[in-house]
Amino acid sequence: MKPDILQLAIQSLQRDWRSGELGLIATAIIISVASLTSVNFFTSRVKQATEMQATELLAADLVLQSRQVIPATLRQQAQETGLQTTSYISMQSMVLAGERLQMAEIKAVESGYPLRGKLRTASDLHQPESITDDIPARGSIWIDSQLYQQLEVQTGTSINVGTSSFKVDRVITYEPDRGGDMFNIAPRLMMNLADLPDTGLLLPTSRVEYSLLLGGSPEAIGQFRTNIVVGKNLRVQGIRETRPELKSALERAEQFLGLAALVSVALAGLAVAMSAQRYVSRHFDNCAILRCLGADQKTIISIYLMQLLILSLLSSLLGCIIGYAGQHFIGNLLAGMTANSLPPAAITPWFSGMAAGTVTAIGFALPQILRLGNVSPLRVLRRDMDPLPLGALNSYGMAVLALALLTPWQSGNLTLTLYTFLGLAFTALLLTAGAMLLIRALNLSRKNVGIAFRFGLANIRRRAGSSTAQILGIGLGVMVMLLLTLVRTDLLDEWRGRLPVGTPNYFLININEKDVPALNQFLNRSSKAVAAIYPMISAKMVAINNIKVNPEAFPTEAGQRWARRNYNLTWSASMPAANEINQGSWWTETGKGGELFSFEEQIALDLGVKVGDKITFLIGGQEVTGTIANTRTVQWDSFNVNFFVVASPGTLDNFPASYVTSFYLGNSDKNLIIDLVKAFPSVTVYDVDALITEVRKIMDQVIRTIEFVFGFTLLSGLVVLAAALQTTHDDRTYEAALLSAIGASRRQILSGLVAEFVCIGMIAGILAAFSATLVEVILAKYVFKMDIVINTMLWLTGPLVCTIVIVLAGLAGTWRMLTIPPVTALRQN
Amino acid sequence: MQAEHLTKQVTSPDGQLTILDDINFTLHTGESLAIVGVSGSGKSTLLGLLAGLDVASHGRVILDNIDLNTLNEDGRARLRNQRVGFVFQSFQLLKSLTALENVMLPLELAGMISPEKIAIEKLSLVGLGARLGHYPNQLSGGEQQRVAIARAFVVGPKILFADEPTGNLDQQTARQIIELLFQLNQQHGTTLIMVTHDPAIARLCKRRLTLAGGKIIPDET
Repeated sequence: MKPDILQLAIQSLQRDWRSGELGLIATAIIISVASLTSVNFFTSRVKQATEMQATELLAADLVLQSRQVIPATLRQQAQETGLQTTSYISMQSMVLAGERLQMAEIKAVESGYPLRGKLRTASDLHQPESITDDIPARGSIWIDSQLYQQLEVQTGTSINVGTSSFKVDRVITYEPDRGGDMFNIAPRLMMNLADLPDTGLLLPTSRVEYSLLLGGSPEAIGQFRTNIVVGKNLRVQGIRETRPELKSALERAEQFLGLAALVSVALAGLAVAMSAQRYVSRHFDNCAILRCLGADQKTIISIYLMQLLILSLLSSLLGCIIGYAGQHFIGNLLAGMTANSLPPAAITPWFSGMAAGTVTAIGFALPQILRLGNVSPLRVLRRDMDPLPLGALNSYGMAVLALALLTPWQSGNLTLTLYTFLGLAFTALLLTAGAMLLIRALNLSRKNVGIAFRFGLANIRRRAGSSTAQILGIGLGVMVMLLLTLVRTDLLDEWRGRLPVGTPNYFLININEKDVPALNQFLNRSSKAVAAIYPMISAKMVAINNIKVNPEAFPTEAGQRWARRNYNLTWSASMPAANEINQGSWWTETGKGGELFSFEEQIALDLGVKVGDKITFLIGGQEVTGTIANTRTVQWDSFNVNFFVVASPGTLDNFPASYVTSFYLGNSDKNLIIDLVKAFPSVTVYDVDALITEVRKIMDQVIRTIEFVFGFTLLSGLVVLAAALQTTHDDRTYEAALLSAIGASRRQILSGLVAEFVCIGMIAGILAAFSATLVEVILAKYVFKMDIVINTMLWLTGPLVCTIVIVLAGLAGTWRMLTIPPVTALRQN
Repeated sequence: MQAEHLTKQVTSPDGQLTILDDINFTLHTGESLAIVGVSGSGKSTLLGLLAGLDVASHGRVILDNIDLNTLNEDGRARLRNQRVGFVFQSFQLLKSLTALENVMLPLELAGMISPEKIAIEKLSLVGLGARLGHYPNQLSGGEQQRVAIARAFVVGPKILFADEPTGNLDQQTARQIIELLFQLNQQHGTTLIMVTHDPAIARLCKRRLTLAGGKIIPDET
């Protein structure tokens, strides 16, 4: 008769659970699954929002968009194909309510908007919302709650947009095509399209976007798509192309957070392996008795494997539930960045979470479980007959395989997987080597320290493996926290602090040529630091050395991007400030030298063009060809108006241009902006300080989310610490009893423990501070291109935090053994 | 050393279990006592109570004129440190410390500033002067027990407790260890209480106390 493996496994599981031996394995699995699923649940919700509501996100079935007016013939053609049509124009502009100024995303819509999905509005802030088929009536505007609060207005208040004044009529609570918009900086203001011309904002040179919305059957849409000739400046967005930038941002976020969660999984796996090792070694005797009683190897392994499987499934389920709750928290942290409420999470993360938990448990614990099959029945006679310890390959091979399985699944990208995997392995190796080195170094000082520290150091040396695991777990978690807090603030402050006083903090765009003299006068009167006013012309690069530009032909992604995009060209007799010639020479101020261009160094590199090459731009249907006279290095963060391509005087004279400038206003002079907006209503003002504040706010939200995910890393580190303490618990209890037997007081025993934990904490902290500093130096040098900054606080905070965490957790885990009478502990040994 | 009405009871699933029942005896300074008896007779429990490693349910132990009941755990630890030495069957050395560090330990616990010299002397005395920096797992069983003996005598104890000190050793090594133990005991004038199964070793002690079922049976010599 065959034994009932499942029943035996359940009985064994119940017994071991009651004895508390499986708690840590379960906790580690729960944390790793919660970490993975909280990310997966959240990203699945955002994904669903983008995928399932694709048409709603467009507010149509097909959208044509252009920086220029969309030809009426296209609309006519659509109507003839049987499609519904409507349109809107969008732009950014400053709006004014009383003395409060705010940049807003203006959307001027016409009747019929939106063709798909519904607008929802409320009569006032915090009032119940209702679905509407209307659009703002002439003379009135609808604004979102953000703008409502920023301008401190109420329903009925007047707001100036350009040269017109409008009454606030309703609050927009839901706008379909703003659905998954991440990183919306400016709040929404919606008006009737018929009111837009009166605002004076709509000039031929203004930066606006025209959108034609089309709706109809898939066949009609398909037919229209095939028939239209898409001009160079027209973009077509169907369900297929919906928000590619959002999709790629989301994919990147998903990859990053997913991989961050994997760090927790790797650490949790380490805890599983450590706990499993202890669990297994405590079951050698049981297995020997079972073998004596006739159980074969297969039966023993099956029982324990089944037990592990049940435990991992139950723990994974709990992890999934916690992850599900955690994703709500991520949603709250990112509140405001996803404008609309998200659909419920998909069901797949439940399955992937269960699978990930099981793979982690099996991968990290199976090698240990397999040892149980090798327990000799002779052990009942000779207790020292342990099965052979596992070799490194057997111990870690399965674990590496488990991680290798989980990583590409989480990142969805093989290259990224490889890099992450190597990065993880390298970091772990570096930290391990560092930990070993510091343990050795500290051990050398053993002779010169007091008894408590000598005992602590001796223990760390003897338990180098588990000490290193603790150092790795906590060190890694604290390093990430240091990076996200101190290093981030450091680098941003350093970068901001580097900008000299008087760095332009306002940009003006959409300046009319006729307004230039008056504006120049106004600015010179008001500001001490006004940059030159540059003309700006939108153009498309169509040929290089008379060969037609084909974006696909460029070998790099950057080159392809530059080949596709629109350029803002300017002309200038003198070289703009904060620019340096890299190759070639600047033209003479008279401009006598033919049509010449100056290219920014990096785009010249990306496009593979050099001094002497001939470039042809298409401007308003007319081609202009010129020769590259020089390439420039541009200091972009000077906040001056900078251009990728500058033309020599005379090259672009015949084309209509809008103008652009930047200037500095001190805090006390900021009211002048209100005068400026009143005097030049068509000019769009960008407040750099406000933008930086907004960017910072978004960054803080993102970082809090990353912190949340890395919080699991710290938790996993604590579980590793607990597992290490559990593994060494019997040893420590025995040692404490022995010390007590030879006369150590509880205080002395406690001092020894504290010394050990302090040393581990210090080593972990030093490594955390070192790693964080290394990352800071690399970021400063290669990303921010700043002088290297070293934050001494890292070296104080890192060791302090690690020491406090390890001492507290360590004492909490060992406190109880001080209450065990020494005779009991000695007898058990 | 004096044991008065010493009783130890523990709670088991079947109710109260009496391990030692009303043990009474007196031992004078310099005397040696062998505690013998079959397995489970309560020998090690009695040793634990006498050494202050455990607390009696009833009765009291007076060690060097101090009633152990009047001391808390730290007080008993101090007493053990200053007046008591231990030698165990399974050596009970701290695996993370070298031979020298193990022997220095009781002196350091007592607050001695430079214990190294005395510890080296004691290790030399037991024949391990050349193995100071070795860890327990680098020493043989006999050598480990010598380290344990050096550690036991390093504080100059008034009373030495030995729990089957040769139980884990071969016959020849066991004989050497017992000779060393009695030799040092005589040199230091220490009182010796030893738990043993070996009648030959028991005969080396001046007195013998036989336990059966937690009680002293009247063959005390």
